[in-house]
Amino acid sequence: MSREVAIRVENLSKLYRLGQITTGTLTHDLKRWAAKMQGKEDPFMKVGEENDRTKKGGSDYTWVLKDINFEINKGDTLGIIGKNGAGKSTLLKILSRVTAPTKGEIKIKGRIASLLEVGTGFHPDLSGRENIYMNGAILGMTRHEITRKFDEIVDFAGIEKYVGTPVKRYSSGMYVRLAFAVAAFLEPEILIVDEVLAVGDAEFQRKCMGRLKDVSVNDGRTVIFVSHNMTAMQSLCNRTIMLERGQIKMTGDTDTVINHYLNTYVSTSSTKVWDEHESSGNDYARLRSVKVVDDEGVAISNSFIEEGVNIETTYQCLEEGSKLYVSLVIKNQKDDLIFISSSISEDVWSMNPHPLGTYKTTCKVPGNLLNDITYKVTVFLIRNSTDVVYTAEDIIIIEKTDPGNNRRGLYGKWGGLVRPILDWRTIKL
Amino acid sequence: MVEKTVPVEKEKWDIHIVANRRNLELNIAEIWRYRDLLMLFVKKDIITVYKQTILGPVWFVLQPIFSTLVYSVIFGQLAGFSSSGIPPYAFYLISVTLWSYFSDTLNITSKTFTDNSSIFGKVYFPRLIMPLSKIMSGLAKFFIQFCLFLAFWAYYVFIKHSITPSIYIVFTPLILLVIITMALAFGVLITSMTTKYRDLTFLIAFGLQLMMYATPVAYSISDPKVAKWKHLLWYNPLTSLFEGFKYGFFGTGEFNVPWMLYSTCFTLIMLMIGIYTFNKVEKRFIDTV
Repeated sequence: MSREVAIRVENLSKLYRLGQITTGTLTHDLKRWAAKMQGKEDPFMKVGEENDRTKKGGSDYTWVLKDINFEINKGDTLGIIGKNGAGKSTLLKILSRVTAPTKGEIKIKGRIASLLEVGTGFHPDLSGRENIYMNGAILGMTRHEITRKFDEIVDFAGIEKYVGTPVKRYSSGMYVRLAFAVAAFLEPEILIVDEVLAVGDAEFQRKCMGRLKDVSVNDGRTVIFVSHNMTAMQSLCNRTIMLERGQIKMTGDTDTVINHYLNTYVSTSSTKVWDEHESSGNDYARLRSVKVVDDEGVAISNSFIEEGVNIETTYQCLEEGSKLYVSLVIKNQKDDLIFISSSISEDVWSMNPHPLGTYKTTCKVPGNLLNDITYKVTVFLIRNSTDVVYTAEDIIIIEKTDPGNNRRGLYGKWGGLVRPILDWRTIKL
Repeated sequence: MVEKTVPVEKEKWDIHIVANRRNLELNIAEIWRYRDLLMLFVKKDIITVYKQTILGPVWFVLQPIFSTLVYSVIFGQLAGFSSSGIPPYAFYLISVTLWSYFSDTLNITSKTFTDNSSIFGKVYFPRLIMPLSKIMSGLAKFFIQFCLFLAFWAYYVFIKHSITPSIYIVFTPLILLVIITMALAFGVLITSMTTKYRDLTFLIAFGLQLMMYATPVAYSISDPKVAKWKHLLWYNPLTSLFEGFKYGFFGTGEFNVPWMLYSTCFTLIMLMIGIYTFNKVEKRFIDTV
C-alpha cells in the first residue's frame, strides 16, 4: 500500500546549553564565532553528551534530541511517549516551528496547528467571540475559515450564552473547553497535541478524545499526540514512538510500544530506602524511606485484595520548626490517577512545627478497595503547606492479588481501577 | 516503519524546517498570509489598552494635552526656548505627539521577544507580525492625537491667521513613514540583541531620553539657543525629519533635503541590519530567553 507522507524527519538533532547565561557563555559565543570565521566546526557541538538527567555531565551542552528519523503518513495518528526529559516536548516544539533544530531537517506537507498549550494568545479582556478569532488566527487560520467554523466551535465548547462575555469571567472549565474547541475545529492538515487533555473534567476529556479521533479517522488528517496517559494513547494512536534520552528507542504499533515502555520504566519494588548521600530532599527536610507494610510493620510486596496495606513513609526534619506533611498520589500503570491522600488528615504532627528528628507516618489503605492490578505511588514531602521539599515520582508499587474468595464462582477479569465491596440490599417487593 | 512511499524527489513540501535558514530574506508572502492575525493584534491592542477605565479612549487625547502643558511650562517658560513665533501649544502638541509615537513604538518593539516569549514559545507565526502590529496600533493612537493637533492648527491657520503652512506639508506622510521605519528598525534590532544578554535593556530608557534632547522636539533647530550645536544635531537622523515635519505645518524652521536623504539612507541600512538580526534570533531565541 502506498500512502502519502505528511511529515518526514531526517537526522534531527537539538543541542541545548545548560546552566545560566552569564559572562561565561559570552566567551563560548566568542569562541564559537571565531571557529565559524575560520571555517571550522562548532567546537561545542562535539562535546554534547547524550541526555541523562540523573548524572551530572562534564559539559554544559547536551543533546536533547539526537539523530531522530521518522515518517508519518497522511491520516496517521502518531503517539510519542517517553519519561520526562526524554525530548518529547522539544520534538514537538521543533515540529511546530517554535524553535529550530541544531542539525537535520523536517519536511512537512500541509499546514500545522499545534496545541502545545490550551488557549495560547487568549486575552482575558476580550470576549469569547473575539478570542475565537484571535486564537484561530494565531493557529494560522484566516478570518474566513474561522467564521465558517464559528458555530461548531461555540457549540462544542457549550458557551452559546457567553460568547459576548470577556473570558476572564469564564469558569476554568469553560475556558479550557473553548480553547480546545478552537484548535480542534479549525482545519489544519496536521494537528499537534501535547498533554492538553490533562485538563478539564472526565466528561470533557472524553469529548476531546472523540473529537481527536474524528479528526484523524473521518477527516483523514494527521495527528501527533504526546501524553503520559497510556489509555488515551492506546485509544487514539495507531503508531507510537518511544523516546529515551533524545533518541528513538522503539517505534511500532501502539500496544507493543506501550508494553515495552511499561516494562522498562515502571518501578517494580514495594520498598524504597534512601541512602544518606542520596538526594531526597533539601536543607529543610528529606525523605528516608517509603514502604508497603502489613499491619505488623513488615514490608510486603504483594497482598490480597481483601487485605489492607499500609504505606509507611519516614522523613527527617533538618530544620527546627519546619511544618511538614506527606502527600501520596496513587496511579495505575497507565498513569490514570486513582486517588490522592495526604497526612493533613492526621492531626498530631501534620503541618505542625517539627523538632529535629526522624518521623514515620503511615497511611492505611483498607482492604476491599484496590483491585488486583499494580498501582504506582508517588510521594511528595511538603513544607509550610505549599513548598514541595521532594517529589519521589512513581517510587514504589502496590501489587494486589485476587485469591478469588469473594467471587462466589464468578470467573474472568474483574475490571475497574478500584474494587470496593459496597453495601447491597435486595428485598422482595 | 513506513510502507513504500511515492518517490520523494517529486514531492512538494509546504514547510521545510532546517537548521540554518537564510537570514536576510523577508518572507512577505508569509506575513501576508497572516494578515488577519496582524489586524486582530492591532484591534486587540486598541481595545484592551483602556479597558476598565472610565474615560476610555479619551485618554488618547488627554495624554498629549497634559504633556503639552508640561512642555510649554518647562521648555517654553523655564528654559526659554522660543517656538519661533508659532503658538506654543500647537508647536508642542505636534512635537509631543510625534515624539511619543516614535519613543512608544521603539520601546514596545524593542521588547518584542521578551514580552511575548510565552506565546512565541507555544505557537509559530511570523514573529515580525508582533512589532508590525505594535506599529499599527500605535499609528491608530497617533492619528487620534494628530486630529487633535489638526483642530488646533486649523484654528490658528484659518481663524487667527497666525500660522502660514508651507507647501512642503505634502511630504509629511513620507517623513512619517521614515520615522516609523526607523522606530521599527531600532526596535527589532534591540529586541534581537537583548534576548540572550539583557544588558542593553538598561540603556534604552536612558538612550531614548538622551535622543529626545538631541532631537528638535522641544525646540526648533533654528532657535539661536542651539546654534552652537546645530551642525552636530543634524547628524541625529531624527533631526531633519522632525524639523521637516514641523516645517510643513508651520513654515518655520528648516526643510533640509540632503540631511533628509541622509536620514532615509540611515533608516534603510538600520532596517536591513535589524531584520537580519531579527531573523537570525527568532529561530532559537526561545532556548535562551
